[in-house]
Amino acid sequence: MAKFKCKVCGYIHEGNKAPDLCPVCQAPASEFEEIKEEGAGQKKGLNRDSNIYTVLYAAVMVLVVAVVLAFTSQSLKSAQKANEDNDKRQQILRSINVSVAANEAEAKFNELITDGFVKKGSAFEQVGKDVAFTAIEAEEFPVFVANVNGETKYIMALHGAGLWGPIWGYISVDADKNTVYGTDFSHASETPGLGAEITKPAFSGQFAGKQLFKGNEFKSIAVVKKGKNAEGQDYVDGISGGTITSQGVSAMLYNSLNSYVQFLTSK
Amino acid sequence: MGLLSEKNKDVLFGPLSINNPVVVQMLGICSALAVTSKLEPAIVMGISVTAVVAFANVIISLIRNTIPNRIRIIVQLVVVAALVTIVSEVLKAYAYDVNKQLSVFVGLIITNCILMGRLEAFALGNGPWESFLDGIGNGLGYALILIIVGFFRELLGSGTLLGFQVIPQAFYELGYANNGLMILPPMALITIAVIIWVHRLKNKDLQEK
Repeated sequence: MAKFKCKVCGYIHEGNKAPDLCPVCQAPASEFEEIKEEGAGQKKGLNRDSNIYTVLYAAVMVLVVAVVLAFTSQSLKSAQKANEDNDKRQQILRSINVSVAANEAEAKFNELITDGFVKKGSAFEQVGKDVAFTAIEAEEFPVFVANVNGETKYIMALHGAGLWGPIWGYISVDADKNTVYGTDFSHASETPGLGAEITKPAFSGQFAGKQLFKGNEFKSIAVVKKGKNAEGQDYVDGISGGTITSQGVSAMLYNSLNSYVQFLTSK
Repeated sequence: MGLLSEKNKDVLFGPLSINNPVVVQMLGICSALAVTSKLEPAIVMGISVTAVVAFANVIISLIRNTIPNRIRIIVQLVVVAALVTIVSEVLKAYAYDVNKQLSVFVGLIITNCILMGRLEAFALGNGPWESFLDGIGNGLGYALILIIVGFFRELLGSGTLLGFQVIPQAFYELGYANNGLMILPPMALITIAVIIWVHRLKNKDLQEK
């Protein structure tokens, strides 16, 4: 049942079509207009199908959404940055086999990490741990000096590519700059249960004790299929079902550590 | 009309079983395959989708009479995308670890067909309260299937639940092995198919002739 309103006197007629004559003011059928019910789709007095309305609506909507998102992003930025930094500190600490909760990461980091280097040109410059920390994001090559129970460890940042996205990690070596002390790997979007297993201690724990140099030559550490071995260099088992990610870790170790050779060979 | 009239109860509880978005409407299958290899991401994904679909439903329902018909899908997408971005930002700020686990899947909520389906089919024609219930109901219906699938896939594929070992070591010593196929997408599809089979066995009126 539709409603029709007389534009002359305001009389409302209910029926399937407008009456021939308005019973109040005798206006003809052409003076009647249909009233669209609310909820049936149309708001009174507003042509929602006009181009101007559509364009304005889209513009206003985009502006409102932009403001809301910008506000959300700005107001959450400091909390997010703190989380990211603590996450990085946790990863760095895990590479020297120290596992702490996120809220204790900063204190522990400041306690254990004593100094930092950053690669400038081909040489490594001593810049302190805070500058080295900011260098991680720029994918420069920072080295952290850690003091674990009186022993010096060097931690290096790694960057590479997995199957679906970037992977990264940290590797620590003993004072001889050759024997691996610990590692930690992270990823952006590797397959859960498969490639994503590189973050697990079962994988990263295999690296401890392996050597980066064989006969004074940089060899890196290979990640190979379980049961296979790599000639002339140390190797660990890859992840079954995560072949591409495992190969990515292998390539990341080689490429990233290659940039640290100058640091590792200097006394 | 009370807050939970008969019709609203239908709206809220229907999607849990008889009108389930995954096993009856066959929506959101792709994400159900992707996030269910472990139980925990399945749960968080279920909660996130429930929150997003409920609030998107309310917002679209509130502005349903102003939306120009020709760009209504775009408006729905913008609302959903904005909400998902906010959820993702909030997770990053206050639940960093969970966010890291879900990684790309949070963003993929935008492309979840359940959302567009509910907005287009329900929120555009109903009031905010009904739309909210509809969103909650459909979100939970989706979460329910995700949790069932995630439960079996993690249990049979990794021998763990929520990361804890539940299959005793003694089983492995007797020769039991985790089924590696369970953590790959094909088994997710088969698991969902089995759920659909069981569901239709119990609800004869859903069976196609």
